[in-house]
Amino acid sequence: MKIIILGAGQVGSTLAENLASEQNDVTVVDIKSAALSDLQERLDIRTVEGYASHPSVLRQAGADDADMIIAVTDSDETNMLACQIANTLFSTPTKIARVRAQDYLREERLFGPDALPVDMHISPEQLVTDYIRRLIAYPGALQVVDFADGKVRLVGVRAYYGGPLVSRQLKELPLHLPGIDARVAAIYRRGRAIIPEGNTVIEAEDEVFFIAASGHIARVIGELRREDKPVKRVMLAGGGNIGLRLARALENDNIQVKIVEKFRERARHLSEQLQRTIVLTGDAANESLLIEENIEDIDVFCAITNDDEANILSAMLAKRLGARKALCLINRLSYVELVEGGTIDIAISPQQSTVSALLSRVRRGDVVRVHSLRRGAAEAIEAIAHGDRHNSRVVGRKLEEIVLPPGCNIAAIVRGDKVIIAHHDTVIEAEDHVILFIVDKKRMKDVEKLFQVGFAFL
Amino acid sequence: MNTPFGTAPGVASRGRRYAGVQRIVGLLLMLFSLSMVPPLLISLYYDEGVGYAFLDSMWITLTTGAVIWWPVRHSRAELKIRDGFLVVVLFWAVLSAFGAIPFYVTNVGWPSYLDALFESVSGLTTTGATMIPSGLDKLPNAINYYRAQLHWLGGMGIIVLAVAILPMLGIGGMQLYKAETPGPMKNAKLTPRIAETARALWIVYLLLTICCGTAYWLAGMPVFDAVFHAMSTIATGGFSSHDASIGHFQSPLLEYIVMIFMLLGTINFATHFLVWRERNPLVYWRDSEARTCVALIIGFTTLISIPLFLAGTYPDTETGLRKALFHVISYGTTTGFSTADPSYWPSFAPVVLIMTGFMVGCAGSTSGGVKVVRLILFVKQAMREMRRLIHPNAELPIKLQGKVVPDSVVYAVGGFFSVYIGTTLILIVMMMATGLEPVRAFSAVAACITSAGPGLYELNSSMASISAPGKCILIFTMLLGRLEIFSLLIVFTPAFWRR
Repeated sequence: MKIIILGAGQVGSTLAENLASEQNDVTVVDIKSAALSDLQERLDIRTVEGYASHPSVLRQAGADDADMIIAVTDSDETNMLACQIANTLFSTPTKIARVRAQDYLREERLFGPDALPVDMHISPEQLVTDYIRRLIAYPGALQVVDFADGKVRLVGVRAYYGGPLVSRQLKELPLHLPGIDARVAAIYRRGRAIIPEGNTVIEAEDEVFFIAASGHIARVIGELRREDKPVKRVMLAGGGNIGLRLARALENDNIQVKIVEKFRERARHLSEQLQRTIVLTGDAANESLLIEENIEDIDVFCAITNDDEANILSAMLAKRLGARKALCLINRLSYVELVEGGTIDIAISPQQSTVSALLSRVRRGDVVRVHSLRRGAAEAIEAIAHGDRHNSRVVGRKLEEIVLPPGCNIAAIVRGDKVIIAHHDTVIEAEDHVILFIVDKKRMKDVEKLFQVGFAFL
Repeated sequence: MNTPFGTAPGVASRGRRYAGVQRIVGLLLMLFSLSMVPPLLISLYYDEGVGYAFLDSMWITLTTGAVIWWPVRHSRAELKIRDGFLVVVLFWAVLSAFGAIPFYVTNVGWPSYLDALFESVSGLTTTGATMIPSGLDKLPNAINYYRAQLHWLGGMGIIVLAVAILPMLGIGGMQLYKAETPGPMKNAKLTPRIAETARALWIVYLLLTICCGTAYWLAGMPVFDAVFHAMSTIATGGFSSHDASIGHFQSPLLEYIVMIFMLLGTINFATHFLVWRERNPLVYWRDSEARTCVALIIGFTTLISIPLFLAGTYPDTETGLRKALFHVISYGTTTGFSTADPSYWPSFAPVVLIMTGFMVGCAGSTSGGVKVVRLILFVKQAMREMRRLIHPNAELPIKLQGKVVPDSVVYAVGGFFSVYIGTTLILIVMMMATGLEPVRAFSAVAACITSAGPGLYELNSSMASISAPGKCILIFTMLLGRLEIFSLLIVFTPAFWRR
């Protein structure tokens, strides 16, 4: 597929990296030549220097025969205008824009074929906010991703001593949880993936990914670690866009929120926008301020400023001062590796969630949702099975009959409104949404092929 | 980043550091062994009995490649930037050595392995200086074809070919591509993927060669000669299957056709590609490098015609102009075909002719020399320094086709110039040390470093009379010129090997 990415920022470059490694022809446009030459050194892509919305620049980037344009520059206006231009001049089939400002997003009539021709607008702040909100809803979870409009969720949990299922074989799971259907999709032990079998024993410190209906998640987590108390008090370090959205969302969930914001102006603005949240002006890495605000009673501390280093340090400090759990927003992928599993409980990489959202548009073979897991190494996808037993490699077959690429695992099936957790004798029907866990992203191509209706079978 | 099943590639242990390099060199050698098939078939077709040379060469190359590749076939280490240089240098060295086998084995004109090696390097670097003083016409056709094929493979670069057809080179491909292609600005890709770019270049190259061969054939060359000279022309090589080179055919029409195709061979292949994609020949005119190249050719032709007319070397004006134009294009594009022996032209003509080789070739083409674009940047930089003396506070960016050239590129060009000139001077002194007279030494080094081919006086038709140490120096010089000095010299610096 020929893809043009406008903007070589964090999202743009992560996206380019993901797409270039999947046999797409990628062209990246930016005005900063330094960012471009850095990308060009690392990746097999073409770069064009210039203003992303200028038609001549777009033409130079190959907009004439591009299949998709993804506008992720800093400016909402540039992004939307670039999509408009691509539509008018080049009739680009798919146009995706990042739109941050709430003001644009609020107007539903703004986006559409006869208005702004943006096929999909993504708002990274909203994605990150939703993501953190899900993590707060399930204390103990490392990663929570939605499938089939939130009917099914895939959850990553670190197992601890004291969890009833720890040190036991997986096949005992139904005995522990009668009436609840859940399936363990993968286990990571000291960084390595284990494909779970019935007799696999869960050890303490394992990172367990399981899938279950949304309502059952909390019970399953309870099997893997001592039950965490529900979150009552949250402190946010950093009152940017994410901080504001998150605070608003948490207020609705009846959680007590405190925001620490460095700039007085911004703090005043926040306090005007929010109802019950306590807005504090000051430095989130200020020990006496944290102690003053009863950090030891805080259930979750979220460091969500723009500054990676400040986030890491303030989260570590909060944790040492007694916060029960510390979350930390980190842009740099290499830091995420370093930090997670240490003092800080969860490191969140904002571009991963944005990239996940975008990837589902790029993938072929009716893949409706893609989630990057474990810093992009693994993926969970939701794909629709089409055809019948004769022209599809999945439809009409029992799970045990389907030849899956190594490291892949069918975790669940959504049929209409029903969630079916996968068992070896489950039969896939046409139009089922199949949820797969893929340990090694390199197998993605094989999985896509699996779901394409093949002519060879006709 | 951890891959799910183990540690990441690239974090290879110390002993495996060069595994990636070894794997690629092995693979490329096996690939190169395939190039023995066409001459083998030709030998069978003409029933010349030299097929054994190509068979020998093929299995030796194939086995060596396999032996190099086998122990590290599973290595997935990614190439670092410096590994790219190592692969390219190693490969050109190894390829030259193995390419010489058929010449040595048949023993129809190359008495020692050194002579065979010289012929092979001269072929691959598209220099076109031969070791055979006379008797090219009597060589077996298969051997002659093989010489042209070496030109053709070396012209666009066999590593670029490998990048085009072996997608497994991946990102490393870009490093290799950059180390092999000539020109100061190598980041401009024609298509998003490096393999596509390399493929596009090779397709253009192939099409041009086919057009060229057809034109020669229509203009009256026999089929074999047409194929031979088409490969030699587009690669701007200069080997000929006749002792008298293009002069053998005694056809002014053919000479003009050869001039056109030499000129096409010296224009940036990216420009050819754009012309083809946009179906618009005006693109050539928009390319300031191509424009300057043509202007230089016209300028030099005028300059060289003057002494020719004053001395009355040729009886009529047309012949004189044609000879001057032909040789300026031939030497300037670093092809090295000839229709006369310019060594005995009057006044400064021979030396100026040799010097055109440094200046007329364009970046991204099959030509050698300094490249026109560097010359343009160098002159613009000189003008900038002068203007800065007049306006000390002025912002003076250097522009090429309306776009600002980054200063880093301009400085790199300055560095390249000084190293190029310095290296040339040192090599001339070294050649004089082997007993060569100064003008001959200059012409030999210039012919090899620019990959033009013919020197002056007895070195015009062949380099066979040079001493053995002199041949070694010239072999090194040709590789230096083809890899644009830095790519080769860098491997000899201590910093390259320091961890």
